[in-house]
Amino acid sequence: MYSRWRYAPTSCLQSANQRKEEEEVIHPPYQLVAVMHHFVVCQLPKKFHKEEEEEVEPADPEGHSKACVEGRVRVVPSCVVFVEGKMLTNISNVLRACAQRNGAAAVVSARTYADFTTEATFEVKKCDTFKLDEGPATQVTMTRDEGLQYYRTMQTMRRMELKADQLYKQKIIRGFCHLYDGQEACAVGIEASIKPTDHLITAYRAHGYTLTRGGTVKGIMAELTGRRGGIAKGKGGSMHMYCKNFYGGNGIVGAQVPLGAGVALACRYKGTDQLCVCLYGDGAANQGQIFETYNMAALWKLPVIFICENNRYGMGTSVERAAASTDYFKRGEFIPGLRVDGMDILCVREATRFAAEHCRAGKGPILMELQTYRYHGHSMSDPGVSYRTREEIQEVRSKSDPISLLKDRLLSNNMASVEELKEIDVEVRKEIEDAAQFATTDPEPPLDELCNHIFSNSPPVEVRGTNPWAKLKSVS
Amino acid sequence: MAAAARVFIRGAHATLSVPGAGKQSSARSALLKLSPGCSSRLKTQQRHAAHFTFQPEPVTTQYGPTQKMNLFQSITSALDNTLASDPTAVIFGEDVAFGGVFRCTVGLRDKYGKDRVFNTPLCEQGIVGFGIGAAVAGATAIAEIQFADYIFPAFDQIVNEAAKYRYRSGNLFDCGNLTIRAPWGCVGHGSLYHSQSPEAFFAHCPGIKIVIPRGPLEAKGLLLSCIADNNPCLFFEPKILYRAAVEQVPVDSYTIPLSQAEVLQEGSDVTLVAWGTQIHVLKEVANMAQEKLGVSCEVIDLRTILPWDTETICKMCRMVGYKLRPG
Repeated sequence: MYSRWRYAPTSCLQSANQRKEEEEVIHPPYQLVAVMHHFVVCQLPKKFHKEEEEEVEPADPEGHSKACVEGRVRVVPSCVVFVEGKMLTNISNVLRACAQRNGAAAVVSARTYADFTTEATFEVKKCDTFKLDEGPATQVTMTRDEGLQYYRTMQTMRRMELKADQLYKQKIIRGFCHLYDGQEACAVGIEASIKPTDHLITAYRAHGYTLTRGGTVKGIMAELTGRRGGIAKGKGGSMHMYCKNFYGGNGIVGAQVPLGAGVALACRYKGTDQLCVCLYGDGAANQGQIFETYNMAALWKLPVIFICENNRYGMGTSVERAAASTDYFKRGEFIPGLRVDGMDILCVREATRFAAEHCRAGKGPILMELQTYRYHGHSMSDPGVSYRTREEIQEVRSKSDPISLLKDRLLSNNMASVEELKEIDVEVRKEIEDAAQFATTDPEPPLDELCNHIFSNSPPVEVRGTNPWAKLKSVS
Repeated sequence: MAAAARVFIRGAHATLSVPGAGKQSSARSALLKLSPGCSSRLKTQQRHAAHFTFQPEPVTTQYGPTQKMNLFQSITSALDNTLASDPTAVIFGEDVAFGGVFRCTVGLRDKYGKDRVFNTPLCEQGIVGFGIGAAVAGATAIAEIQFADYIFPAFDQIVNEAAKYRYRSGNLFDCGNLTIRAPWGCVGHGSLYHSQSPEAFFAHCPGIKIVIPRGPLEAKGLLLSCIADNNPCLFFEPKILYRAAVEQVPVDSYTIPLSQAEVLQEGSDVTLVAWGTQIHVLKEVANMAQEKLGVSCEVIDLRTILPWDTETICKMCRMVGYKLRPG
């Protein structure tokens, strides 16, 4: 009896090592016949055939054998095929037909998820610290479920941004659009370590955070196209997306940081253990109001995590040409800092966990610099290659892409299969397509929304110029 | 005087207080149909913004040979002339080194060196403060704010520092060498933070000058006047005209006097005053009013918002009999 079926490697190539590996798994006396894309074929040599063949289990009304349905395995004389998920039904029917014609029995076994490693430990890069005795852990564990969830979210983010790129080029999205692809690990990693009751505020490159903080892809895409189904009713656009405990989406660089400190003050004032994650970029790091905020946060020990997403370029200016000190994690001077590899989701998650503990323990603010990279230009009107080389972009894409890194980790530690990840990709693609369809067909907000919500209630004064069809009153 | 003359008809939808015009309702409906292309589009895609057609100035030979330039090229030309003639001139701002986001400073760094055309970090307050200091010390400082919407962190520096420097030092020091340039005005897709026209916020601050051109020919002359002027100047460039406005612009230096409004079209019934992009809308409005209503409109380009040409405006309004009312 076989208690464990190993999932077959996906490659069609059979390296010598691979074959040997498979042979070890296939318990004798079964002999390995072939290692295929989705299944392994092995056979029992004739001399082991029993005198009496075991009865094939009666098929259920649909023609599936019980073993097939239950995913169990039965010893079968002549041929065993290990098959994957969806192909199971097809192959089992075909094989049964073949086998019965040849006078042999066939049993098909479903691959069970008990194959996968449920948890694994990974080594992440050590974070540089500033004014801290110890840094975040370098040995981190990730469960299979977590891994798949991170993968799904990051892939959703990536495809959403690429779809936005496409829609922008078709002029369905207008205005300004700042894309987040390349930086997915930052958003997903941060969200993994904070609670939904914590607060977050960022600058204009906000699509990723809107998603992680609870926005739907539909809502985000409809907001990009300016339709009434959008997350800000179509009035905010790319840069101004908001949802619960997510304060945007802010166009003016650096202006969101004092705001974040204010939110943190409210958290402390109300006596909750909530904190505020306050993000800004390497360009904004040179704004005066950031330093004003550092001072206030440190003085009043506010539970705020300042995060500088350093993607090396402030629009068109590289960090070396904009900053006297590119050690953004040290800029807080009296605030402890961490420099984190922002392309590795586990590193970001661990560092954020460390920072969150620091804040919740009442030790005051902490500053994190995430070293990351954006593949697109600053915005859709920036090709992104006039101030950096295509080779650089390619290099980062091939060596440090956050989704690829996670995928490699999951696969090499047998935490997921390529097919499974492909399935996720297909589902994500469909979700994005549906959302894009919605975003393109949803109607625009009605005209009376144009001057709605300027004031709290109906405006006490008529705001001139807000309604092109308003009749201006004459005094005479 | 200032209070009384505060209103200008800037929009085409304004009620024309025209004596004897009995067709006001039809006037309004006629004026509203400003975008002929609108009806052919899908309802969801209908743009509600008014269109305008840029109307170029006639070619002038009084300043020497001319070249076809659009607005950003005329700005580059003005800056080129300045850097060539004034060895103390420096240009700085965010991303100006590679040419700027609107290509107003293309080629200047290569031509004049990286110590004269350089990038600043992302800090508007710092840029203007730094500019004030450089101007006080004797350099001709031309600061660029990337979009007029971002000028607000620098509001304190402009209003409290730059505008009052001469006064508070008893004329011992001044930052007259400072000129601040910023792309200004709506562009159709700029939304909240790439479309603002903040001149009104500064218009009540004595000590600074605010200038807004309507096209490349005006822009070059007015910018060179601002740079030459001994007071700190804010020069707002209508961003929608950067590429759309093409005129024959003199290659050499020339100046257009500040605080002088220009009467573009004479009229006898009503005065229309505007600046920047709106001038082109109003020229069209004046034609429509003449054709459809028989109303003769006078169109005046204010050019300098502060200090504005009170004489011309009041004289014209008095002539026309237009009833001034506070806006």
